[in-house]
Amino acid sequence: MTAQRPLLLVNALLVDPAAGTQVHGGLLVRDGLIADAGPHLTAGAGPEDAETIDCRGAVVAPGLVDMRCFVGEPGFEYRETIASATAAAAAGGVTTLVCQPATDPAIDDPAIVDFLLRRARDTGIVRFHPMAAITKKLAGREMTEFGLLQEAGAVAFTDGARSVTDALVMRRAMTYARDFDALVVHHTEEPSLVGEGVMNEGEFASRLGLAGIPVEAETIMLERDMRLVKLTGARYHAASVTCRDSLAIIARAKNEGLPVTAAVSINHLTLNENDIGSYRTFCKLSPPLRTEDDRLALADAVADGTIDVIVSDHDPQDVETKRLPFAEAAPGAVGVETMLPAALRLVHSGLVPLATLLKALSAAPAQLLRLPGGSLATGAVADLVVIDLDTPWVLDRDDLRSKCKNSPFDEARMSGRVLRTIVAGRTVHALAG
Amino acid sequence: MTQDPSSFVLKRRHLLGIEGLSPAEITGLLDLAEEFVTLNRQIEKKRTSLRGRTQINLFFEASTRTQSSFELAGKRLGADVMNMSVAQSSIKKGETLIDTALTLNAMHPDILIMRHAASGAVELLANKVDCSVVNAGDGTHEHPTQALLDALTIRRNKGRIERLTVAICGDILHSRVARSNIILLNQMQARVRAIGPSTLLPAAAERLGVEVYRDMKEGLKDVDIVMMLRLQRERMNGSFVPSVQEYFHYFGLDEVKLRYAKPDALVMHPGPMNRGVEISTAVADGAQSLIREQVEMGVAVRMAVLEALARNLPNA
Repeated sequence: MTAQRPLLLVNALLVDPAAGTQVHGGLLVRDGLIADAGPHLTAGAGPEDAETIDCRGAVVAPGLVDMRCFVGEPGFEYRETIASATAAAAAGGVTTLVCQPATDPAIDDPAIVDFLLRRARDTGIVRFHPMAAITKKLAGREMTEFGLLQEAGAVAFTDGARSVTDALVMRRAMTYARDFDALVVHHTEEPSLVGEGVMNEGEFASRLGLAGIPVEAETIMLERDMRLVKLTGARYHAASVTCRDSLAIIARAKNEGLPVTAAVSINHLTLNENDIGSYRTFCKLSPPLRTEDDRLALADAVADGTIDVIVSDHDPQDVETKRLPFAEAAPGAVGVETMLPAALRLVHSGLVPLATLLKALSAAPAQLLRLPGGSLATGAVADLVVIDLDTPWVLDRDDLRSKCKNSPFDEARMSGRVLRTIVAGRTVHALAG
Repeated sequence: MTQDPSSFVLKRRHLLGIEGLSPAEITGLLDLAEEFVTLNRQIEKKRTSLRGRTQINLFFEASTRTQSSFELAGKRLGADVMNMSVAQSSIKKGETLIDTALTLNAMHPDILIMRHAASGAVELLANKVDCSVVNAGDGTHEHPTQALLDALTIRRNKGRIERLTVAICGDILHSRVARSNIILLNQMQARVRAIGPSTLLPAAAERLGVEVYRDMKEGLKDVDIVMMLRLQRERMNGSFVPSVQEYFHYFGLDEVKLRYAKPDALVMHPGPMNRGVEISTAVADGAQSLIREQVEMGVAVRMAVLEALARNLPNA
């Protein structure tokens, strides 16, 4: 490795969500770490050999940590590779990507974790960590080797977009996970209530003639899980809550002091069931988009801390699986690249303060997964994003780095975008112009 | 040894568990067993104290070592021993446990040795017969002669039981051996630890008189006796633990983990062992292993139990 020149970012609004501070000033990076930050760092204040970047008043914040992102390696390389996913992540200001285990074969064996980490070292441009499966082959029957998988580098355990429906299997897995202080991340949907459903149950589904999924599919599973957390003491994270009723369940568990956290996807924070319009399959998601009332409740929950983390729930889908009648199309949307600009809508509409939003996008997931990042403190890793908060632009899905273009935000107007992404002091993305 | 073993009497009709035995009764049985250890090492191993008595070994669960150990014990004391092989018995024809008990009772046995897969089944049968009943293992409840033979093995090698630290490791949830040992060792003033993954620990384990550890390195520190338990094959692959590899990695006793215990720590296992699952071959056959000696003590302890119960039988 060649020695890195020190990097000095000046004339920036430094937003540190871990410390809860917001100051104008500069930030000095040396050897991949944050060496200094504060108002005293102006142009020329750093070391002589430093590369200086004038941020012109833009925000400098910790790089985003996306803890729910589907990457197709191994087995679905046509949908996404580590190379394409991390390129998309870099363009979206995401400096740490956590992939999901629903690969082929599934990430349920320490050798696969090892393989992915070596692939990421060779082909990735942002930090990359795998989550491993809770159950072997994601079949919901036998727990995986939590200890050995964690030693290999798995940062948490999840069955991806599947729920572990057998309560005894889940109980044992959580009991075992607690011994290893492992984080269990669970998709909360009772499949028998989902049934043939393809979107939120209600008036709109009835008008479209589509089978609905009631919110109870989510709340019943979430309630069950809260009881199991109380029984086992496992660290538990709800992977993607979508409705107002779930927030009450999470809030009550937190009040009881249970080790529970929750995430919401950027889609559920910024879209609602009406965006499906006339059968737009890019808005077919699992769990489904809910009502505007639910969306507003979710935004409030991010603001008040009931929801800890915002995820992209990036799920690249091929045209063949999306250009189908709505009920037959695969669920999922790409999102890692558009998560930050989409999230800024919540700031512009006054629903969530900027620092709170950035905390849910970086500091909170980093802490939860015990990963570096999410902080501007001296000595922290120099994983940074430079954000222009205001410039309007229109998303063209053909500009996306992801191998798949199934974005629900195609042709959407955005305000604010990622100017530069820095991982360990190296620029991995810089907006042209 | 406060009492002459030759006159020790277990003043109870049955031995259904360690629960309820006093330290004096346990010590009395161990002292008496010592005499049989000596006897069993002679060419002439026969006594006549059970001559004329009928002992029935009623095993509803397959067992090689416990059943043959009881059989030898009875024969060396002069009893007529009959083994009831349940695979061919009337149980398969639908007879209930109580009916079996009453049928056997009509044959006037003096001592019934019974093993059954259901906790409490031995006690249920004991209430229906006129003879003495010895529990040879009931479900996941108790296995008193195993705990006694373990105690005898410990006492012979360490000179005492009190104030020793004993770690019981592995599948404690399903182990009757662990339950009987925990009760006996507590009764004899030893310190008992339970080490295993939470999925293999019983609920409220701390209330059973053990310190609970979920890590071998911590749990084995300063331990005098390491007691390993068998992990049943059907519990190895994802239901209670993820895999054999992971279980052995964290909870299998190998030479590295044994070094966490005291340098003179001794290793025990009730058998049959799963080598490479809960114990490595090097440790099982190593210098610190008492596993062979446990088998020898098994016969002596069972002779002591039979003798002490027989002395209390009518017309003794």
